[in-house]
Amino acid sequence: MYPKIFQDQSFAKPLASLVSTRRSFILGTVATAAGLAIGYRMTGPARAEDAPAAAPVHPFQPYIAIAPDGAVTITSSQFEMGQGSYFGIATLVNEELGADWAQISVEGGAGNVAAYGNLAWGGAAQGTGGSTSMTSSWERYRKAGAAMRIMLVEAAAREWAVPASEIKAEMGNLTHASGKLASYGEMAIKTDGLVLPAEIPLKPREMWTQIGKVDLKRFDSKPKTNGSLPYTIDVQLPGMATAVMIHPPKFGATVKTFDAAKAKALKGIVDVVQISRGIAVVAENMWIATKARDLVTVEWDESKAEQRGSPEILAAYREAAKQAPANMARNDGDLAAGFASAAKVLEATYTFPYLAHAALEPLNAAAMMKDGVVEVWGGHQMPDLYQYIASQIAGVTPDKVKLHVMRSGGGFGRRAVFDADVVAESVEVAKALDWSRPVKVQWTRENDMRGGRYRPAYVHAMKAGLDGKGNLIAWANHIVGQSIMTGTLFEGMAVKNGIDFTSVEGAANLPYAIPNLGVGLTTMTTGVPVLWWRAVGSTHTAYAVEAFLDEVAEAAGKDPVEFRLALLKDHPRHAAALRLASEKAGWGTTPATGRFRGVAVAESFNTVVAQVVEISIPSPGAVKVEKVICVVDCGTAINPDQVVAQMEGGIGFGLGSILAEEITLTGGVVDQGNYDTYAPLRIDQMPVIEVHILPSENPPTGAGEPGVPPIGPALANAVYQATKKRVRTLPFAKGLTA
Amino acid sequence: MIKININGVQRDIDAEPEMPLLWALRDVLHLSGTKFGCGMAQCGACTVHLDGQPVRSCVTAIGDIGAGKITTIEGVSGNVAETVQAVWTELDVPQCGYCQSGQIMSAVALLSENQKPGDADIDAAMSGNLCRCATYARIRSAIHEAARRLEA
Repeated sequence: MYPKIFQDQSFAKPLASLVSTRRSFILGTVATAAGLAIGYRMTGPARAEDAPAAAPVHPFQPYIAIAPDGAVTITSSQFEMGQGSYFGIATLVNEELGADWAQISVEGGAGNVAAYGNLAWGGAAQGTGGSTSMTSSWERYRKAGAAMRIMLVEAAAREWAVPASEIKAEMGNLTHASGKLASYGEMAIKTDGLVLPAEIPLKPREMWTQIGKVDLKRFDSKPKTNGSLPYTIDVQLPGMATAVMIHPPKFGATVKTFDAAKAKALKGIVDVVQISRGIAVVAENMWIATKARDLVTVEWDESKAEQRGSPEILAAYREAAKQAPANMARNDGDLAAGFASAAKVLEATYTFPYLAHAALEPLNAAAMMKDGVVEVWGGHQMPDLYQYIASQIAGVTPDKVKLHVMRSGGGFGRRAVFDADVVAESVEVAKALDWSRPVKVQWTRENDMRGGRYRPAYVHAMKAGLDGKGNLIAWANHIVGQSIMTGTLFEGMAVKNGIDFTSVEGAANLPYAIPNLGVGLTTMTTGVPVLWWRAVGSTHTAYAVEAFLDEVAEAAGKDPVEFRLALLKDHPRHAAALRLASEKAGWGTTPATGRFRGVAVAESFNTVVAQVVEISIPSPGAVKVEKVICVVDCGTAINPDQVVAQMEGGIGFGLGSILAEEITLTGGVVDQGNYDTYAPLRIDQMPVIEVHILPSENPPTGAGEPGVPPIGPALANAVYQATKKRVRTLPFAKGLTA
Repeated sequence: MIKININGVQRDIDAEPEMPLLWALRDVLHLSGTKFGCGMAQCGACTVHLDGQPVRSCVTAIGDIGAGKITTIEGVSGNVAETVQAVWTELDVPQCGYCQSGQIMSAVALLSENQKPGDADIDAAMSGNLCRCATYARIRSAIHEAARRLEA
């Protein structure tokens, strides 16, 4: 998910050896391993790796294919889980290509790291995360679009014997003043032998007609309004069976024995098989599989299972937070001296629960083997890794694994898993059935909710020192919690000097100018599997930092906005976002009767977001978020309306977690199983949201995640204004009444 | 064999009467626009119409439907439905889109009963439909906009 992992060369090497089918491809050169320049395919396989080995391959085929009928198929390196990556990439391509949007479709690519490696991660692996999709695609896909247009124009120039400079390429047509006209599709078959220039010029910003256009609509909304867009759950293959999983009730437990005799007696049951992660109940359809599941009895070996409940785990965290940190992530000035000279010292401890991603489409994947090739349908967010893992399970070489990248019904981080998770399960189950038929593993909501991979629980111990004039002279933040990276394939790269950067991001890079500043980390070990969850470390660090800073500002007798601005002299992006948000919210004016305001600013994934919330208190112990003013600096906003959508969605997603979401465990067993006990935000809780995008000519930075971090602390700070209560235990359902 | 009228067509379903309509639609009839999200009427992703009323198909047994007429996202039609779907697209309401079949079925049912719903009516009619992408602000705008167009 993160640049630092993948930029490490030691990661690139092992992964490079995993996938043997990679084509060598460098943008701007024409020669390829497989042959040369034909910019189209007649029919059939849409992706480069699907093409017959003997077929000519155009250097831009990994990204764009134009069919004779003019259909433009863009292959996206970035996974689409709702955040609009396909639209963003299509916008970049079409800015340069000049096709008719009605001709454009986008599908997910895989199996070609040279073409699809995430450039924000050094190109070493394909994957989507850390809000990097537009950063990675910014040059790559504009150049791909420009190169394709150049080829088409050159082909027309040759065909018509006119100078290329006199040919116009727009709306999918090539035209010349002489009256000559050809569609892109017609000319795509006439590019044979053309050579691209070494340099591919891109349109200057002032010529853009697509990028930054506020009223450009998503090309893919309509099939989402009539039920026709297929997700993994909708994959239907001839003879396909459906498998429902029985996972261990406690993390780390394994199957000792199981009895499936009653289940196997059901009509429509296919088989009940044991795989590495539990028992798979395979049937002709989901309903029968679910019924049969309830008839299977399993005896678990819990000798290595996590037996603790979340109260015990958090108590251990709180105890650790009282001690000195195991490692320091940042240590500026002299912390001890700073506190010794402080006129006033404040302390507070914040507690954050485990959180589930709880995407609406419960996890799933489908697998089959045909002619020696394993095909896997799923939300392949880290395809190189999944291709390798699938090959290992199936006992084939990676080039014999073909991934079908499906759009997923949400994700929020949950589809990017080091062990391939449900993708691995589907291959294991299909193999356990001797590849006799395609099988789809479909998790129930309970499988999904109790499947672990949570946002880790954390405790932050905060301490601040003010001098006699109210200047913030010392800041200590001790973070205690579980590492996402430790124990994974990426530990060696992601954890340095005892610091998993995902544990401290948003805290260790604190933008505020404080002379004596320490951020420490104590990493705890539990058996509860954890994972990145939309905005990752900043989901807790931003809350602890921005809520505590509000306390400090109050103790200093200063306005929260002014107090921050004074500390942000070296961070103009933060300051600009904060200023505009406070201006738009009427900060400094008296809110309407019964309304209260709070503010927060946070940087995540190189994007800065400031939010001012306005709340009311409809009844004691209840909070209604009425309005959120949100200002974002994400560099160039490629699709401004989608940046707005991601801010709206990020605020709603974050707000739900702050108000009421919590995964708890009792004796090692997860208490929540469905949306009745795990409560994301609903429409009646959604505030009015006003988003302002700061104008910028910088390259694009993240948009999918950065809307999440500020909403919690902004809300906490507003709640304090209303109730004089500092909420330090999340969610509010627990912390507001504590 | 259970007979149900789905999208105006009498269908024969070879399954037990307690099979939830959701799985009959998806796995037997291959009408996959209706989505599975929770299995216990908590998320609304599986919303269909039973005689025009929104119901959660995951908790509706096929044996209980009798002569009732089922409409799914594939079959929903008429002025209200077409207006809702058009506005949904124009406002770019969907993000991942997974819950939107259910959202649209609930919205069409609301606007069929109430030509000018206020915010409280929208909250009441739509709060059973979860959207984890939190597209709620646009859902609300789209319902208001559809109501305006239907009034015109």
